[in-house]
Amino acid sequence: MSAIQPPAERIWWKQPLDRVEGTWIVIAFAWCLVMFFMMPYWHVYGKQNLSNEAYRSSPEAFLAKAQAMVDKHTVRTVTDQQIPVVHPVPGSDVYLVARLWSFWPVLELEEGQTYRLHIMSTDWLHGFSLQPENINIQIHPGYEHVVTMTPTKEGTYSIICNEYCGINHHTMATKLYVVKPKKG
Amino acid sequence: MAVNRNFRTCPSTGLVYHEPAEKLIRWNAVAGVVSLLVGGVLALLVTLTRWPAVKLLPPDWFYLVLTAHGLDMLVFWIIFFEIAVLYFAASTLLKCRLATPKVAWVAFWLMIVGAITNNIAVFKGDSSVMFTSYVPMGAHPLFYLGLILFAVGALIACFVFFGTLVVGKAEKTYNGSVPLVTFGAVTAAIIAVFTIAAGAIILIPTFLWSVGLVSHIDSLMYRTVWWAFGHSSQQINVAAHVSVWYAIAAIVFGAKPMSEKVSRAAFVLYILFLQLASAHHLLADPGLTSNWKIFNTSYAMYLAVLASMVHGLTVPGAIEVAQRQKGFNKGLFEWLRKAPWGNPCFSGMFMSLIGFGFLGGISGVMMGTEQLNLIIHNTIYVPGHFHATVVVGTTLAFMALTYFLIPTLFRRELMFPGMAKWQTYIYGLGMMGFSVFMMGAGTLGVPRRHWDMAFSGALMPHEFPGTAYLMMGLMAVSGVLATVGGAMYLINTVGSVFFGRKIQTPDFKRVPVREGMAPPPVPAVPAPAGHGTIGMGGFVAPGTFVLAMVFLTSFVLYYFVNWKYLSTVWPLQ
Amino acid sequence: MSQVPAPQDPADDGPDDEPVPMMQSLIDNPFLLLFLGVAMPTVLYIVWGVMEIVGIPLAK
Repeated sequence: MSAIQPPAERIWWKQPLDRVEGTWIVIAFAWCLVMFFMMPYWHVYGKQNLSNEAYRSSPEAFLAKAQAMVDKHTVRTVTDQQIPVVHPVPGSDVYLVARLWSFWPVLELEEGQTYRLHIMSTDWLHGFSLQPENINIQIHPGYEHVVTMTPTKEGTYSIICNEYCGINHHTMATKLYVVKPKKG
Repeated sequence: MAVNRNFRTCPSTGLVYHEPAEKLIRWNAVAGVVSLLVGGVLALLVTLTRWPAVKLLPPDWFYLVLTAHGLDMLVFWIIFFEIAVLYFAASTLLKCRLATPKVAWVAFWLMIVGAITNNIAVFKGDSSVMFTSYVPMGAHPLFYLGLILFAVGALIACFVFFGTLVVGKAEKTYNGSVPLVTFGAVTAAIIAVFTIAAGAIILIPTFLWSVGLVSHIDSLMYRTVWWAFGHSSQQINVAAHVSVWYAIAAIVFGAKPMSEKVSRAAFVLYILFLQLASAHHLLADPGLTSNWKIFNTSYAMYLAVLASMVHGLTVPGAIEVAQRQKGFNKGLFEWLRKAPWGNPCFSGMFMSLIGFGFLGGISGVMMGTEQLNLIIHNTIYVPGHFHATVVVGTTLAFMALTYFLIPTLFRRELMFPGMAKWQTYIYGLGMMGFSVFMMGAGTLGVPRRHWDMAFSGALMPHEFPGTAYLMMGLMAVSGVLATVGGAMYLINTVGSVFFGRKIQTPDFKRVPVREGMAPPPVPAVPAPAGHGTIGMGGFVAPGTFVLAMVFLTSFVLYYFVNWKYLSTVWPLQ
Repeated sequence: MSQVPAPQDPADDGPDDEPVPMMQSLIDNPFLLLFLGVAMPTVLYIVWGVMEIVGIPLAK
């Protein structure tokens, strides 16, 4: 009878498929397969894939590595708080610490160069949201995530936290500078 | 033990209500609507705060209200109402007594105590941790305790539902197969059992952590297991509202499922695969491999998406067949034009179907794609998506069902039938606009759960483009419109249930049934073979098929537009 | 969804003693479905996921 009553036939499994339904199932399943295979396809042929490289780490160990980079490659400071701006060697390991409620240090990268960006939180969960590119990555405390990133165009970008992290969440933002590579 | 076997038959619908079940259905539905009322007031406050031109609340209140809004809507409103649907689908549709009503009352009160405890914790002000309560940000122990009590209650209710299926079978109120709507409810209940089990695995240790008995909860482990609870709880809704679609199609049109086999197999795909989609939330997290991400996020090759696409065809398809058999057989769309658009039960259900498919479904699959998630994760696009699924999809379907339940279950006349006619449109369109503008703002990078998109007080603020502000403004206007629609629903239902004119039927009586016997099953009427001469070109539901192809075309276009956009952002490896 | 060969009886609304096809009897068994519906995501999502998290190496 209808959907709120038990099936009219005692054996409904053998009722033949309607043509509308059969056709639609074939089309829909084909589309499902296309969507499924797009993901592995992009891993092979696409350029934007989130890295699977991650390590367990501690805040102390991670801060020490970031500090070593800051000591070596700071080129200037910004804002009243003298936040160091780091210009690391292209191709090298770059560290970005997320904590309540700031990112540290500020990075200056070269256009067209590739960097191994290590991101980790030292306290709560945070978000890495690169604007206006709109690349968004989750940042965990205790997990060091290594993302290989290639800035494509010079300019001043923002990194904002987009994982709720308490009352001053809306002040957690920083800049990322992309400059033309130096000659030579 | 004496078993209550009193039944009554609804004179207008012919539905059979078991007295204790009827009372439980009513109370669970009322508890749900009360949660909706609280959550709705909070929704307005959230919207007005995220409206850049208004910015109503200070940040501490904003995060508190947002936390309470998430819990009252996503958990308490929906699960209370779902328990009512489960009891209805088991007891009423199977014409069967509810198993162990006393235990069902224990479940109900546990859920009530849990919901109140949790709300108290949030409104005390030290548990503004959002619906997700990610560790290591901690809430008051009562926050977790309330959720655990609520979950235990809901789990017991699910087993009362399963018990009722057993009772019905033993007392032969149905033969072998349950009605399709009940089968959808079985699907919802199964997903609920998994959901609640996952919730227990993660919330109990977190509760112990909050009182100091456990020293550390790993944030990645928490997110992984929590989402098996958090996302699956929304999959209960999908199964539940799809069942409600089938139910309303049957109630309003007498529509018969196009084929029991296809619709039931689609529900089985939900049971097997829908819950894997919890991985949608972990695509931007470190440490989980792409193998795990791709397999789980795609529900093992999108088999649950296939199921949704099947339901999306068979529900309107069944309506089309029923309409064509009534004589609305001209052209492609006469059946749809001549549908009862003034009946809120139908209009609500149909908008739920369209909104869930076109807005919620397409956006969900898009952002649930491993790489595409990078340009979406944690932006306001995400709440845009789930307001299309959970609010336009589930809440609107439940609202539509309420208009049917008030006369039959509460036996009251609707207080403001004219208002009901408009309510589903105002609410549905308001909510669709709300979702679309949120998605627009999310595409421009606006974060979710964020008090101030202008970053006031930040050392190095980011400046969003003017379009993003425009989107947020339009979102808020639509949100206010939806709140008006929500208020219309609440005024009408609460008014009707408590003050509506009682429906008097002269020959009304409660029928005690002999010990050991429930009403005998209605003899099945043999269905006519085939659908006769309706439809076009060998298709019985050509209009629905055309709609389905429109849907697929939009899906394909939108999906590849996003890949195109992804290919322009910075390379990541 | 594999089509299980049903007993030979092409006449659909056959007599009441016609055996129910196996697939139908599986779908009609809510407790079997409950088992599958809990076991599948537990193994494929939770257990697999937790194993991957446990296997994340320590930072150098």
